[in-house]
Amino acid sequence: MSTFATNLTTSELKDEADRLFSRKRLVNFSLPALVLVYLIYVFFAFDVPGLAARANWENGKTLVSDSYSYKTHIERDNRSGQVSAAIEGERKGAYPAGEAPDWVTLGETTVIDLEDGHVVRFGPDTVEYEIPGYGTVRATPSRSAGVQAELPLGDVPDWINVSKNRLAITTDAGRLTVTRNRSEVFRYFTGWELFWFTLDSPYYGKSFPELAGLAAHGEAGAILNDFWTNKMWRHQDVAWAIFETILMAFLGTLGAAMVALPLAFMATRNFNPMKSVRFATRRVFDFVRGVDALIWTVVLARAFGPGPLTGALAILVTDTGTFGKIFSEALENVDQKQIEGVQSTGANAPQRYRFGVIPQVTPVLLSQLLYFLESNTRSATVIGAITGGGIGLLLTQAIITQKDWEEVAYYIVLIILMVMLMDWFSGWLRRRLIQGETRKKRRPRDPKVKPLLLP
Amino acid sequence: MTDLTAGSSTVDQIRDDYTAMARRKRVYGGILLILFVAMMAAGFRTADSRNAGSFIDGWHRIFDYPAEVLSEAWEKIAEMPANLVEFFPALVETLNIAAAATLVGTILGTFLALMSTRGMAYWPSLIPLFRRISDVFRAIPEIVIALVLIFILGGGPVPAMIAIAIHTAGALGKLFSEVNENASLKPVEGLQSVGANWSQRMYLGVIPQVGPNYVSYALLRFEINIRASAILGFVGAGGLGYELRNAMSWGQGRYDEAAAIFILLFVTIVIVDQISGYLRDRLAHGSEKGASA
Repeated sequence: MSTFATNLTTSELKDEADRLFSRKRLVNFSLPALVLVYLIYVFFAFDVPGLAARANWENGKTLVSDSYSYKTHIERDNRSGQVSAAIEGERKGAYPAGEAPDWVTLGETTVIDLEDGHVVRFGPDTVEYEIPGYGTVRATPSRSAGVQAELPLGDVPDWINVSKNRLAITTDAGRLTVTRNRSEVFRYFTGWELFWFTLDSPYYGKSFPELAGLAAHGEAGAILNDFWTNKMWRHQDVAWAIFETILMAFLGTLGAAMVALPLAFMATRNFNPMKSVRFATRRVFDFVRGVDALIWTVVLARAFGPGPLTGALAILVTDTGTFGKIFSEALENVDQKQIEGVQSTGANAPQRYRFGVIPQVTPVLLSQLLYFLESNTRSATVIGAITGGGIGLLLTQAIITQKDWEEVAYYIVLIILMVMLMDWFSGWLRRRLIQGETRKKRRPRDPKVKPLLLP
Repeated sequence: MTDLTAGSSTVDQIRDDYTAMARRKRVYGGILLILFVAMMAAGFRTADSRNAGSFIDGWHRIFDYPAEVLSEAWEKIAEMPANLVEFFPALVETLNIAAAATLVGTILGTFLALMSTRGMAYWPSLIPLFRRISDVFRAIPEIVIALVLIFILGGGPVPAMIAIAIHTAGALGKLFSEVNENASLKPVEGLQSVGANWSQRMYLGVIPQVGPNYVSYALLRFEINIRASAILGFVGAGGLGYELRNAMSWGQGRYDEAAAIFILLFVTIVIVDQISGYLRDRLAHGSEKGASA
């Protein structure tokens, strides 16, 4: 105390404190600055300014609006004069010939009511579109002269597109396209049409109480069958795909645990005295983990072709490495006293392992296994998208068509629900199986949270 | 005397009870084991029957493809250094995707974690909302967001980065909030009593306590994200995965390039795993003071 007092003045102490502060300040500012500099570098390395130009916002708009709405196509074949109606323009959603939704009046002149005063008429020769606040647009398609359009006087607004062979009008009420061969009207609605039943089902358009009444009269099987075999939304295929994805995760995770457990014994100091074998096993774990699920998937898909088995094996191989590492770490930490206690009762080697080792490591093993089960459900979706299997395949297929965005939205919702369900299920099972791991409560102070090898 | 006879009968009873219990336990265990094996077998058979090729036909072909690739790469071993150099920029891109996504995800995850911890949230009534947000972010597989964004933004690293960042934010949000729950609230209260605002309380009161754990989890996430970034490249998001798919779809004749990409990816993953494992070990066991901020 006295030595400090003699050779350090207040100003020197203050300088020292200042230096400490400025160093802390430097660290406090330089860390965020470094992060910022890196992010700026990435911003230009990824060419984000160029991306804004390349991005197709039209695509984005269609995607979003299509994911919660559908359109009904009313189409007239200008050569035969036939008018047909189909939901999303797909054959699976087509109305039977001679039938149409109730806002369409079929006849010599087909009148299509787009509401709010918008009316389209398919005459024998001429197509008319009455647009409130603008006037009536007439178009006469013919094979010889293309499409002859008559617009009200004045400039052509930018929502009307006229050329020699084509007329396109896009309004809030709908969309009309006239070409030489056909005239087509789209009307947009909110919702997922035909989700329950397709048009060919007798139960289409029935309300829930009606269906419940019919089900009570012994038609429950037929109703379920019509729903299950819905051609538009393919509920059966989707259910199978989800099952396949969960199956991949289940087989992969548990299979990996079964393969990794015996190998983990070979990689631990206290159970395997042979150093070379221990070293080799550990390098095998590192290799299998390092090769990565992507490469395993690619290699296995060559041998087995696309499908759930390939996905399950890819997960199995990758996770064998991870589990091997975790399990061997758990086994190195077992308490020798319990094993000696079992041995003192005259137990042989398998009994020692069964009653001395396994009960000690089971909680760690189970909890890791269940963590990975949830994480692997997600991996199985991704692997399915690469090799072709499960819900991942359905999702990529729907995205590739670039028009079934309502199905994409449906699959995304299902995937999120599936993963959350698996998360909840594995958490529930973990709490049930492992005593002592109860729900987390706020503890007064426990600064060292054990870093688990979480997926 | 009477005591003794009574005692012996109790011992017999205890033994009977014990053996009955042990037998029952063994029967239950056996049933569970049989059920488990049956489920595995049935699952395997279902997966096998729904696969394009069956396990029996395919298992001996597992190493055909790697052998083909390696033999071709061996023939053209002279070109290997050139190939490695050629694909190095793709590797840098993959690493950049992972690093940027980890950084953005960590920042977003920190925010989500603070917002969903009692005593730290800026809007305490919105805690359940922020928890659900991190649950949903965590549940979305990266590939879903990546594929949708590729449709809008076109192929390239940005969709992959956003996709990985969102998943990372959800995953770290949950882990960070568990760390937060164990942090002491006393510094926060102390700062509040001297008039610190919310960001000051968090930056000076909470972050120094949880920093080492955050960094440790973020490093672990970085390892995982490198793998994810390679996988997303495979569906068109740039980087090594994209080059790998190109080299593979070309088929024979470009296997030397595929081999070069395999090597780059493998070496990177192993090196990053080792470095991050070492750093995490130091952070967890505190052989050195953790990050000061």
